Amino acid sequence: MFENLSLLTLQQYWYFIVSLLGALLIFLTFVQGGQTLIYRLGKTELERTLIVNSIGRKWELTFTTLVTFGGAFFASFPLFYSTSFGGAYWVWMLILFVFVIQAVSYEFRSKPKNLLGQRTFDVFLFLNGFLGTILLGAAIGTFFTGSQFQINKLNLTQLPQSGSPIISQWTGPAHGLEAVLNLTNVALGLSLFLLARILGTLYIINTVEHDKINQRARKDLMISSPLFLVFFLWFLISILTKKGFAVDPATQMVYLEPYKYLHNFLQMPIVLILFLLGVILVLWGIGLTLFKKSSRGFWFTGPGAIFAVLGILLVAGYNNTAFYPAVNWSLGEGTDTFNTFMQSSLTIQNSSSSHYTLTVMSYVSLLVPFVLAYIVWAWRSINKVKVSEKEVEENTHSY
Amino acid sequence: MMQIDPSLVDWSRWQFALTAMFHWVFVPLTLGLSIMMAMMETMYTRTGDEHWKKITKFWMTLFGINFAIGVATGIILEFEFGTNWSNYSWFVGDIFGAPLAIEGIMAFFMEATFLAVMFFGWNKVSKGAHLTSTWLVALGSNLSSLWILVANAWMQNPTGTTFNPDTARNEMSNFWEVLFSPTAINKFLHTTASAYLLSAIFVIGVSAWFLLKNREKLFARRSIVIASIFGLFFGLYTVITGDASARHMAQVQPIKFAAMENLNYGRENAPYTAFGFLKNNADEEILKDTKLKIEIPNMLSFMAYLNPHAFVPGIVDLVYGNKEKDIMGVNEKIEKGRLAIEAFRVYKEAKNEGDVTKADLAMNVLNQNYSYFGYGYFTEAAQAIPPVKLTFYSFRWMVYLGFLFIILMIYFLYHGIRDTLGKHRWMLVIAIIAIPLAYLASQAGWVVAEVGRQPWVIQDLMPTFAAVSHLEVSSVKLTFWLFAITFTTLLIAEVRIMLAQIKKGPNHGGK
Ligand code: HDD
Ligand code: HEM
Ligand code: HEM
Repeated sequence: MFENLSLLTLQQYWYFIVSLLGALLIFLTFVQGGQTLIYRLGKTELERTLIVNSIGRKWELTFTTLVTFGGAFFASFPLFYSTSFGGAYWVWMLILFVFVIQAVSYEFRSKPKNLLGQRTFDVFLFLNGFLGTILLGAAIGTFFTGSQFQINKLNLTQLPQSGSPIISQWTGPAHGLEAVLNLTNVALGLSLFLLARILGTLYIINTVEHDKINQRARKDLMISSPLFLVFFLWFLISILTKKGFAVDPATQMVYLEPYKYLHNFLQMPIVLILFLLGVILVLWGIGLTLFKKSSRGFWFTGPGAIFAVLGILLVAGYNNTAFYPAVNWSLGEGTDTFNTFMQSSLTIQNSSSSHYTLTVMSYVSLLVPFVLAYIVWAWRSINKVKVSEKEVEENTHSY
Repeated sequence: MMQIDPSLVDWSRWQFALTAMFHWVFVPLTLGLSIMMAMMETMYTRTGDEHWKKITKFWMTLFGINFAIGVATGIILEFEFGTNWSNYSWFVGDIFGAPLAIEGIMAFFMEATFLAVMFFGWNKVSKGAHLTSTWLVALGSNLSSLWILVANAWMQNPTGTTFNPDTARNEMSNFWEVLFSPTAINKFLHTTASAYLLSAIFVIGVSAWFLLKNREKLFARRSIVIASIFGLFFGLYTVITGDASARHMAQVQPIKFAAMENLNYGRENAPYTAFGFLKNNADEEILKDTKLKIEIPNMLSFMAYLNPHAFVPGIVDLVYGNKEKDIMGVNEKIEKGRLAIEAFRVYKEAKNEGDVTKADLAMNVLNQNYSYFGYGYFTEAAQAIPPVKLTFYSFRWMVYLGFLFIILMIYFLYHGIRDTLGKHRWMLVIAIIAIPLAYLASQAGWVVAEVGRQPWVIQDLMPTFAAVSHLEVSSVKLTFWLFAITFTTLLIAEVRIMLAQIKKGPNHGGK
């Protein structure tokens, strides 16, 4: 079935799947957002326990989505995996590090003899929620703003005496951390942090049965929502008005095109609709919660976040666009050296796996609906009962 | 052009080894305990005996603590292929990425999802659904071990693969050859069997502690009976599959086999060194002598070829060649490797120039010599020898302990069934001491597998030093220490929490 598809179709299919996983990941960072709210919304030990137990039952899901996102990117676009992770070393290492300290924190925080004390583990959770989302956002921002690297596959023929056989050379000064010097990246980072926080509040409102927590959550939403809008619009306007990295389909040469991302939205109306629908749903969910006192806002803002992020990621890679651009502005835009540098940019065509591997992986992707189905079943069976003092006490396993 | 700093390679290796070995502290217990928990819960569902439920929950609490830190160490490994071995990730990502992605989709989600049901679903789903969830956690974790071991086995013996000079990388040509490579099967069976054995020892050791304290006698006895049946079976299976692994290794990685045995000169009727010390050879710098050795005649020939008279090649034969036995030396392989690399360069050049005949010619040379590609990066033959001492001793300790554990299992099964467990109190102490020994054996196994395959990251295709990312040594040093300190701290915390939970015993629910 998949073997008859063209290589390009498979590449597009896999770019879609990876983007979908990325979008799901951003949605699931409601766990991270919630982690930055533990002390803001929970003023007593009991209140904090309720919050931690509500978001805590989902942390594994977010974590696993991150892992699978990495694995799927590796399998489908290995050149991205190799270039970005090996080059933007410090961004990824910091992201991973804050996930390492998160993973143990739930299980260890309230157990006796946990060495570091509950406060430390709560700080770990905060760091994960704060840095994890911002850095992830900054890293995704580079899909639009570019990074400094060069790839030369012929380096493989360099013998040890004559040079290095390593194909990717990162010339960014801080191995990835330079991404936070770019305002567009920062704006996306902060948007994702605030989005995670919004989703976190909405999830807590949806699942925790406790009036005070509920009220405080609504109050927090009033602050984070406008802030989110500011940063998100900033990011959006800056990418829509900037030059983008276009690929000539005939020669595969990469060049700068003014308003490229705006063009992409207009030339792919389905993606545009998806994106707008997402934005509307995000706002709808927030509005329901703030003005209608509903507790179901999560079920609008959540899917909305998935659609909106999916739209943004698709715009970065579809329609003859280089999704991981190589730039070095200091070389002078338009000069020959600048242009050669830019040819190292990654497109879905030059960075993907072979036709055979993508075919195999496409068969594997048929499992995804089953996976989603059992996740939905498990989610519903656990969320049947709201988290309350009684519920946590009855459970023999709690955080 | 800059060259690779050797200390960059060393630090990257140390970092990978550190994080992998930490991960492997937690993984085997997850693999085995998940199954034993499911067996115990099955007993509960079938008998309705609340005591079985308590037993199940007690082990589940320990499982949860161990699992969290296993996951924390795993995520680093997954991304380290990109961050620290980026050249590797391009050169073989077309093959290697697939099992990692499949692992995520097929195994990790199953594990993570049903784990939540297992812990939080006791009062929310039916008994049957709960039991199914517990079994699915066990299935998920064991499936994850399958895929990652397939990936690892492929590095030891790259099957189902062809080199594509147009894309400058290796590409998968046959998925089934990757999945069902005999190396993968051996690895999976031996690794999981040994993990089950380790978990059984863990359960017996903890139960023995309760018996020593005269507490929780019924709980301890039930746990011991389940664990010793499980452990005896898989202990024997560990030995059988370990032996199969060694025999397979002799075929596909003969120099690892020779290093593991410190066999310098090949011979017929080769004996197995059951015991010995390695000393540097006075004349030949690259060789070591085995002192004070106890040998089992013909055993090594039998182990490698199931024929007591077979010829087993030694390190010298494999490095310098042996005409008589038709073994090619490393120098000759280096020449062929260089031919392949040069042909690859010429091919690319010809493609750029649009010269079809030149490209065809180059392609021919490349195909003929590709199986030696990685040797081209070497400068001298002796580079091909793995670290002998570490491989030799690690293998021996793994094997000694393997036999010791089987005796232990027989003892505990016998006394568990006859309800005479308290009879020899010193055996209970030994059961506790056996816990760290099991971890030692398990780590030693990986040292044999991974150190023994050096200098290759992919056997014959890519030496470790050509696989690294281009980073400053200081960056890698910093992350090495960051992980070393973090993981050590978390490990100490984990052990303390575990001990506190064990002291509470099964009668305090899971909390
Ligand atoms: C409790 C742990 C444990 C025990 C008791 C044993 N092993 Fe083992 N062994 C492992 C745990 C392990 C492992 C950690 O699972 C390894 C590391 C890599 C692998 O595939 O399995 C391994 C690797 C490994 C290898 C290397 C395979 C390779 O490099 O591809 C060989 C030849 C053996 N084992 C042989 C044995 C024999 C003959 C044993 C019997 C007495 C034995 N092992 C007991
Ligand atoms: C979990 C148990 C494992 C342990 C204890 C372990 C141990 C080690 C050690 C000690 C080294 C360094 C070798 C040296 O310096 O000579 C190493 C390297 C390496 N191992 Fe493993 N390993 C494990 C699992 C794996 C698995 C499952 C894979 C593949 C999926 C793998 C892939 C590698 C790679 C890529 C390197 C770096 C290159 C190299 O030095 O060979 N390891 N490992
Ligand atoms: C270098 C090789 C390895 C990589 C890249 C790796 C990767 C990972 C990752 C990312 C996780 C977290 C998954 C989650 O989100 O739930 C994990 C956990 C796990 N891995 Fe590994 N792993 C490696 C070696 C191994 C080996 C050799 C085995 C078994 C044979 C194994 C078995 C498991 C299991 C059972 C878990 C569940 C968590 C636990 O340890 O309790 N892994 N691994």
